Order: sequence, then C-alpha cells, then structure tokens
Amino acid sequence: MKPIESFEIPEPSKVNYINAQYGLKSWLLTKDHKRIALLYLGSITFFFFIGGLYAMMIRLELLTPPGDFMQSATYNKVFTQHGIIMVFFFLIPSIPATLGNFLIPMMIGAKDLAFPRINLLSWYIYMLGGVITIYALLAGGVDTGWTFYTPFSTTFSNTYVVAAGLGIFVNGFSSILTGLNFIVTVHTMRAPGMTWFRLPLFVWSLYATSLVMILGTPVIAITILLLAFERLAHVGIFDPALGGDPILFQHLFWFYSHPAVYIMVLPSMGVISELIANFSRKNIFGYSFVAFSSLAIAVFGFLVWGHHLFVTSQSVYAGMIFSFLSFAVAIPSAIKVFNWTATLYKSSISYDTPMLYALGFIGLFTVGGMTGLFLASLAVDVHLSDTYFVVAHFHYIMVGGALMGYLGGLHYWWPKISGRMYPEGWGRFSALVIFVGFNLTFLPQFVAGYLGMPRRYHAYPPEFQVFNVLSTAGASILGFGMLIPAIYFVWSMRYGKHAEANPWHLPGLEWRTQSPPPTENFAVTPIVTWEAYEFAPAEETEVVGKFRPEMERI
Amino acid sequence: MDATTEQLHGHRSLQHHFENMEQQREAGTLGMWVFLVTEIMFFGGMFLAYTLYRSAYPQAFASASNHLDITLGALNTGVLIFSSFTMAMAVYFTQTGKPRPQVICLVLTLLLGLTFLGIKAVEYHDKYNDHLIPGRLIPGRPFGPEVAQEGDHDPHKLHLLPGATVRQVELFYWIYFAMTGMHALHMIIGAGLLTFLLIFSLKGRFDPEYHSPVEVIGLYWHFVDIIWIFLFPLLYLLGRHLEHV
Repeated sequence: MKPIESFEIPEPSKVNYINAQYGLKSWLLTKDHKRIALLYLGSITFFFFIGGLYAMMIRLELLTPPGDFMQSATYNKVFTQHGIIMVFFFLIPSIPATLGNFLIPMMIGAKDLAFPRINLLSWYIYMLGGVITIYALLAGGVDTGWTFYTPFSTTFSNTYVVAAGLGIFVNGFSSILTGLNFIVTVHTMRAPGMTWFRLPLFVWSLYATSLVMILGTPVIAITILLLAFERLAHVGIFDPALGGDPILFQHLFWFYSHPAVYIMVLPSMGVISELIANFSRKNIFGYSFVAFSSLAIAVFGFLVWGHHLFVTSQSVYAGMIFSFLSFAVAIPSAIKVFNWTATLYKSSISYDTPMLYALGFIGLFTVGGMTGLFLASLAVDVHLSDTYFVVAHFHYIMVGGALMGYLGGLHYWWPKISGRMYPEGWGRFSALVIFVGFNLTFLPQFVAGYLGMPRRYHAYPPEFQVFNVLSTAGASILGFGMLIPAIYFVWSMRYGKHAEANPWHLPGLEWRTQSPPPTENFAVTPIVTWEAYEFAPAEETEVVGKFRPEMERI
Repeated sequence: MDATTEQLHGHRSLQHHFENMEQQREAGTLGMWVFLVTEIMFFGGMFLAYTLYRSAYPQAFASASNHLDITLGALNTGVLIFSSFTMAMAVYFTQTGKPRPQVICLVLTLLLGLTFLGIKAVEYHDKYNDHLIPGRLIPGRPFGPEVAQEGDHDPHKLHLLPGATVRQVELFYWIYFAMTGMHALHMIIGAGLLTFLLIFSLKGRFDPEYHSPVEVIGLYWHFVDIIWIFLFPLLYLLGRHLEHV
C-alpha cells in the first residue's frame, strides 16, 4: 500500500466535530471523544471556580490573626471543601479528561478512544459524583479535611462525611474508566507506523498516569466504602475501640492519595514536554529517558506513601525506607527537568503564551520538588509536619505544576479545540500575572511554616501576619489572573481569529488535520513515517504542507 | 480464525472506530484484563485488612472461623468451580460456532451462580440467627447480645480461645461480611451480565467472528470465582485445627 501523504491537509471542510450535529441531545449523548472532552472542560471549570471561591474565603480569614471572618467550625469546612473540590473534581480529571481525551486519539492517529460509550459514561459518573458532593456541601458541609482521618471522621465529626465520601467514591470510577480507556487505546488503536517510540511524550505521560489511576483509585474506593460503613453501622476496621487500627486508614488513604499527586503532575509534565520541544523547535533531549522517567515516577510513586506517616506510630525502619524511596522518586523527576533544560539549550525559542507557562512550570516544579525533599527527610519532617511549609510545598506541585501545565496546554491546543486563536497579548499578560500572583501567594507560606505556623487553624499569633497579608495579596492577584483566560477563551470562541490547521507549524499528528477536526479526526487513516518532534529546517517549516516530503524516510 | 481481514471488514458488529474485528476483539479483551487489575486492587484493600488483623488476633480469628459452616462453604466452592467450567465451555462453543450447546452452557453457568447466591443467603441467615452480624448492620440486633453487657468474657456460645475477645471476633465477622458481601455483589452483577449474554445468544448475535462479549464476560466470571477460591480457605479453613475449648 502506498503511504498516503498525510502532511497534506485536505481542503478544509466546513463540517467539523462542533457543527456536525446541533442540539443539546447531540452533546449529551455524544460518543465523540472531542465533544466529551468539552463536556469535561465545562464541568471541571465550574468546579475549579467553586474550589477557588473556597480558597478566597480561606485567604480572607487568614488576613488577620484573630478568627474574625468566620467561626473555627466554618473554617474547618471551608478548607476541607476547598481540598475535596480541587483535588478530586478539578486536579485529577483536569488534563487527562480534557486534553487527554481530546488529544490521545488524534496524536496516535485513531478515530476515537477504544471505548467511546465508556468514555461518555465516565463523564456521567463524574457528574453524579459531583452532584452528590455538592449536595454534601449544601446540606451542611464536611469538616474532616480532605484526608478524612479516622477516628475523627468515623466517630466524632457530625458533618456530612458519608455524603462527601460517596461523592468521591463515585467519582473514582470515572477516573478508573478514563485510565482504562487510555491504556487500551494506546495499546490497540495506534495508526500504522505509530510505534511506541514515535508516540508524543504527552501520550507516554498519560499512559503512566493511567497506570496510577487504575492501580490506585480502587484502593481509595474500598477505603472510603469501609469508612462509610464504619460510620453508619458501627463496625470497625479503623476504630481502636472496636479492635481496629486508625493507622491502617492512613496507610490505605495515602496508598492512593500520594500516587494521586502523580495523577495530577504527570499529565502536566507531558504537556510541558510537548511545549518545550515544540516552542524551541527542537527534538526533545533524550526522548526515551523522558518517556521512561514517566513510568518510573508512576512506579516509584506507589512506594513512598509512608512519608505521610513519619509522625505517626509507623516503625522507624519503615520510616527510613520510605524516606529513601521518596528521595529516589526525585531522580526521574530531575531527569525530566534536566532534559527539558537541555532541550532549550541552543534552540530557537519563541515566547508564546504556552511557552511562558512551560518555563514557569520548570521553575515552580523545581521549587516544589526540592521542598519535597525537606519533607522526605525524617528529622526535618518532624519540625515541618502539619505546618504551612507543607501547604506551600504541595501547592507548588499542584498549582505551580499541574495547573500551569493545564493552562499551558489549553492555550497551546486551543486553536485545534475551538478553531480560533486566543488573543496572544492578553495570554502573555495573564501568564505573567498568574506567575507573579502564584509566587506571592505561596513563597511566604514556606517561611511562615518554617517558623512554625500550623495549617488548618483559623487564628494565628500576630507575628505571622506579614506572611499572611503577602499571601492574601498574592491570592487576589492569582484569582484576577485566572479570570482573564476564562474571559478571553469564551470571547475567542466567537470573536477570535480563525485558526489554520497548523498555526504553530509543528510536525505532530494532531496538527495534520483541520481545526477544529472532523468527527473522524482524519479524512483517511494516517500512516506515520516520521519520528516524534522531527522538525524540518527552519526556512521550510513556515509553509504548511511543504515540509513533509523531504523528511519522508521509510 | 480463518477469515481474512477483507471478509471481517464490514461485519455487522464492527464499531465504526475500529479498523477490523481483530482490533475490536483485542481492545475488548485488554479492557477486561485492565479492569480485573483494578478489581484486584479493590479487593486488595480488604485482603490487607484481613492479613493485618489475622496476625494481630490469631486466636480470635480461629475462634470465629469455627462458627462458619465448612460444609456449605466447600459446597459453594465446588459449585463455583463447576460454573467456571461451564463458562469456559460456553466460550468454546461460541468460538466454534455451536449455538445450542453454547446457550445450554450459559444457562448452566447462570443457574450455578444463582445456586451459589442461594447457599450464601442460607449461610447469612444462620449468622443472623446466631447473633453473629457485627455492629449495627442489622439495626437493633447487636453482635452476641447477652454477652455484650457482661464485657469481654466468654460468651454463651462463642467458645473463645484463650486471648480472644468478643470485639476481635466481631471484627473478624465484619471482615467476613465485607469480603463475602462484596464478592456476592460481584456475583449478582455477573448473573446480570450472563442474562444479557443469554438474550444476545438466543438472538443469534454471536458467531465465530464475533464472540468477544462471551469471552470478556467469561474472564470476569473466572475472576470472581478466583476471589472466592482465596476467600474460602482464608475465612473458613485457616486455624480450624485449633479445636474448641
């Protein structure tokens, strides 16, 4: 069979996945992975703003030392709900369910994910979990912290623990189904010629993420189920009064919830690998190292949960092993950071908005990762445990890491998703505002935490006020910065400049079809004859459709 | 499979996003295997709790084990193993295109599955009569009522081994009900899936080129059986050699 020249983008058709069908029903019953990605995009944005509102309430309360804006009981609910919404309903589905859903089939040259109906089902499950959780919040909230530690959550808390837990339990199945779908898709749906080592690194990192999703999520599901039964029926696996062990809960909880951090940050790393290679117009330095470091992070990530239990009754020897393994997980992370930096070296960098997020990510993730090493050290952790140092550390990973990657990726693929360009000037401006706001919010928290300010208190001694004022000021800037993209993305859907098929002039498969893509993604199944990130000489890359033939090798 | 790709292309059961039946079958099978991995992790949480408390309270677990009905448990094990055999034969007859024996095997599998659930229900009822249901799972009927008021001494018919307490036996029974209950739930779902298979089989939807639903649900059925193969010795047999005091 003669390879089709897939670089030639067929005459742009007026029909694409967005206008192929009209009406609410065509969206709610769609099996198209691209439409499902948009359903997810809308719903996680909704949850992101709810979580953001709670964040603002926390920062408002902490502006002054006494607890004046709300009662301590209210404050407990606010930080709990901020955590639950942001972790389970924004961060975990964010990149996989939106960008991953949209792009994995396009990047591997498939018409859809392997199980389109299961994909739609996962969105409905996500929404059901979301509705149950929102019910829990409206009915009176939950105050256990997002960690649900026993025996407080099973015996003493008189808030809506079971409802919130049920929401998370249900939502977990959406995560499992997404992971399952991705794994099967990457294994069985690759286009002819798309070998494993031609896959974009975004696909590799989502593959690793999916492994964590399918191995970790069932464990939190059974844990929450047991917790709910314990609370409702007074049967005790975790209750010491009934012969149980509360530390078992912490082990089971963190067996999922530590790897869950990698569910958040691995996809983001995948986005960053795309952005760094594509906006420096250079093949990624050490492709296979970056690819395998994703898998290494997924595997090592399962072996470090005990570092959350250093100040419990966990054995000292277990602590030493978990400390060592937590240091070990820094190695594949550092491989990525070094390889991205090496890719930048002597490349032709363009500072478009996505690249600004990518460069921001490298710095913020490095700070987040390095401070993680402080917490992985047994002795230092005793001082820092449950202080604002921990809060600052994981926000550097979750916001500075995961959110930066998400926003960078959203800007980068927006022309493909919507068929419109976002306003570049506003994009760069908001990226800068978000970067400054983020650092102003969370850098002072490192200091406050190191000096001893505990987390999860609504009042604090006056000597910590200066850090909290800085932090609240930063949060306001950050919140403002988040509003700008929210506004211009919506604006661009109607008024933005029409995007060409390949506005960034890149070799990736997703750019070799029209924007927005047709429902079947490609007019003909592409045959891949090129390596990932195979850039043509600079003078030829400018012309779309002309830079392929001479690169054809097979 | 002797049909060529061209013949397979355009099979009425081929979904639009797959290139051919082979790719569709591969995706379905791999999907089920991945799902079974998640199931292992799901049950794994309970197996971990079992291991932990068995090593913490060996005497209590042995005492509690003695109250489980080993005959019914063994019978159920046999029923499930036989149902796995009929399931495997159903897959074989689908692949070789023999609709009649295929339907018979599916019916047998379904009946055996329901037999298991029936026997399990009898066992649960015995536990209810013996006041062996932990906590407030049945409201107003606490675990070993006469004894609970007297504290942790030897109750009327628990026959505790030295060192075991009522609370620990209750913990065993919670683990027993959590694990076997979750297993029974999977059996019920499996029976539902078998019913669907049966309906589609009677409509003649499966043929040697399209048999992956039978195969995939067969995988699920075997998996649920294997869970029981682990549960039976762990809950019923281990520690039984420690005779009643």
